[in-house]
Amino acid sequence: MLEQKQDARNFACRVVDLKKEYVLKSETVRALRGVSFDVPEGDYVAIMGPSGSGKSTLLNMLGCLDQPTSGSLWLGGDDVATMNDNQLATIRSQRIGFVFQSYNLIQQLTVVENIQVPLFYQGRSLTREQNKRTYELAKMVGLGQRLDHRPTQLSGGQQQRVAIARSLVNNPYFILADEPTGNLDSRTSEEILQLFERLNVEGKTIILVTHEDEVSKRAKRVVRLKDGRLQWDKTNTQEIRDAAAQYAIDNMPVEA
Amino acid sequence: MNLLVGTIQLSIKSLWLHPLRSLLTVLGIFIGVASVIWLLAISKGIGDEAVRQVESLGADTIMIRTVKPPSEKMSSTGLTPYGLMRDEFDMLVETVPTIKSALPIREMRRQFQFKDRKLDGRLVGCTPEYAEVTHLDLAAGHFITDTENSALDTHCVLAAKVAEKLFPYEDPLGQRIYLPENKNYYLVVGVLKPKGSTAAIGGSMAAQDFSYDVYIPIKTLQNRIGDTVMSIRPGSREGEVIELNQITLRVFDVANVKQTAELVKAALNAHDRMEDIAVVVPLELLEQVRTTQWMFWIFTVMIASISLLVGGIGIMNIMLATVTERTREIGIRRALGAKRFHIITQFLAETSVLSLAGGITGILFGLLCGPTVNLARLIANTFWTDQMKELPQVVQTLQPSIVPESIVGAFAVSIIVGLIFGIYPAIRAAKMSPIEALRHE
Repeated sequence: MLEQKQDARNFACRVVDLKKEYVLKSETVRALRGVSFDVPEGDYVAIMGPSGSGKSTLLNMLGCLDQPTSGSLWLGGDDVATMNDNQLATIRSQRIGFVFQSYNLIQQLTVVENIQVPLFYQGRSLTREQNKRTYELAKMVGLGQRLDHRPTQLSGGQQQRVAIARSLVNNPYFILADEPTGNLDSRTSEEILQLFERLNVEGKTIILVTHEDEVSKRAKRVVRLKDGRLQWDKTNTQEIRDAAAQYAIDNMPVEA
Repeated sequence: MNLLVGTIQLSIKSLWLHPLRSLLTVLGIFIGVASVIWLLAISKGIGDEAVRQVESLGADTIMIRTVKPPSEKMSSTGLTPYGLMRDEFDMLVETVPTIKSALPIREMRRQFQFKDRKLDGRLVGCTPEYAEVTHLDLAAGHFITDTENSALDTHCVLAAKVAEKLFPYEDPLGQRIYLPENKNYYLVVGVLKPKGSTAAIGGSMAAQDFSYDVYIPIKTLQNRIGDTVMSIRPGSREGEVIELNQITLRVFDVANVKQTAELVKAALNAHDRMEDIAVVVPLELLEQVRTTQWMFWIFTVMIASISLLVGGIGIMNIMLATVTERTREIGIRRALGAKRFHIITQFLAETSVLSLAGGITGILFGLLCGPTVNLARLIANTFWTDQMKELPQVVQTLQPSIVPESIVGAFAVSIIVGLIFGIYPAIRAAKMSPIEALRHE
């Protein structure tokens, strides 16, 4: 057990035989039937799968939004599978960076305040470094000039970049991105994917859920689910990744 | 600390998303709180005036008044004597042990004259104690003394208004006023300060007014004017034979007032064959007034509670709508690490801000009750002078008196209402599964 714990620190997360069953009326839906894989630190994993494959269920587990029926999910040295609602919330605020398809910024807050939301729920007063970090993150995602804007005053791409800055503010074990380019046009999508690549190069672990092959090819590794089981887990070579990036740029619509 | 300040800031920001909606919700509590303070202040103002009037009669006094008997009890020819008699006065003083002092009064409507200035007022024959019992304060000179009473001196003391009307330029002291109906002159030896009216006693509904009184020694009155009084006015001729209009008794101890009153009633039982006397006990009046006041207060609080309840339901309604509308936001916050506790706190903070805003503005507006009532009266007096004069005296003199407890109470209730009606929507918000909430469109 101790060995496992020490071991675990080198992984952003480890999924061990994860199962999830829902009871809908009299019928039991087995959404996940035992999935196992590791995400080492610094990895960039794309999770794929058709609808009904258990992709969303796995995403909810990885995001600590839901408890599995059985199995383990190691985040650092802790098995979050056994945690209660409050403990899960603490884990979410400290170890996970969410990026959603529909950005999910809070309308009444400014860019800076949106970025700081996860820190707010850590319950401590903001340190000077944390404050500084907020501004650096905003600058890094290219929104240094729009710190006091509200989400409604920003474009989709800008909102998604705020969301990415927000996902980084708590220095998470990994960024969990759910179809992050799903609502964006191809040019903006490309910007976001390039931002992810840059973050990954800088050492961030990214788990990206997508149904687009083009997007999954940009990751280092693809995990594919089918019928609640792991269909395959393969590594994208650098060639595949570069080709996909090139393809995206080449097929960009001509700007009028 | 950060969390608290942050939560409050956040709730203000969230409420600011829908300024009109928030304003209307606040209005519900505002009206509730303001109405509590206003209604209580006004009812206290009315009640206090009533209590003051009764209290100025004296809690330790008992009054026995002559009442004009029903006409069928009077003989049709000639003048029937009725009312209290001097013998009865002596009898009471001698037989009732708890009486500290007794004051006989004889009063009648009279015309007073100085030079060519004439005034209709009330001539009161009394003893020196009268000034003390009815709380009369002297502005100049002295009140009637025992010596003056025994010597049948033709001295008089003028109430403030009489002095003002008859002697607009002269110093009244040392002057003589003339009573044309009796062809008598009276030397002015004292002038009183103005005095508010006291509660109505002895069957008359109007408050007693002391402004147009002229006081003379009762023995002088008896000697010079007598018991039979004829008033001859153009078109009417009235007469009455009365020895005493009123006897005011003072009791040693307030605790003995009711007993003494019973004793007095029993002593005068033989007399009251013509229903021509009434025993008035201010202490009983005071208790009645207080009971009435209490009932009025309970009534007021009930009305105010209903408006606060309606305000609370308004808050709950809005918060339920808000929770549904912001399901997505709740999901986002939960995903980003908010515990159930944080969500509950956030929504409770919003309802608290709403109810506090309503409470504070309600209190501020409540405090403006006095000035507002005065301003309204001023405006009404300016534009509808004649109509205003016909309204009851209460309307014209009412001074709302803010009840401090009502401020504290209204404030506390507004917060409690906010919390009670906010807790259900907040719990509902916190109970949502983060996954469901995130999926909500």
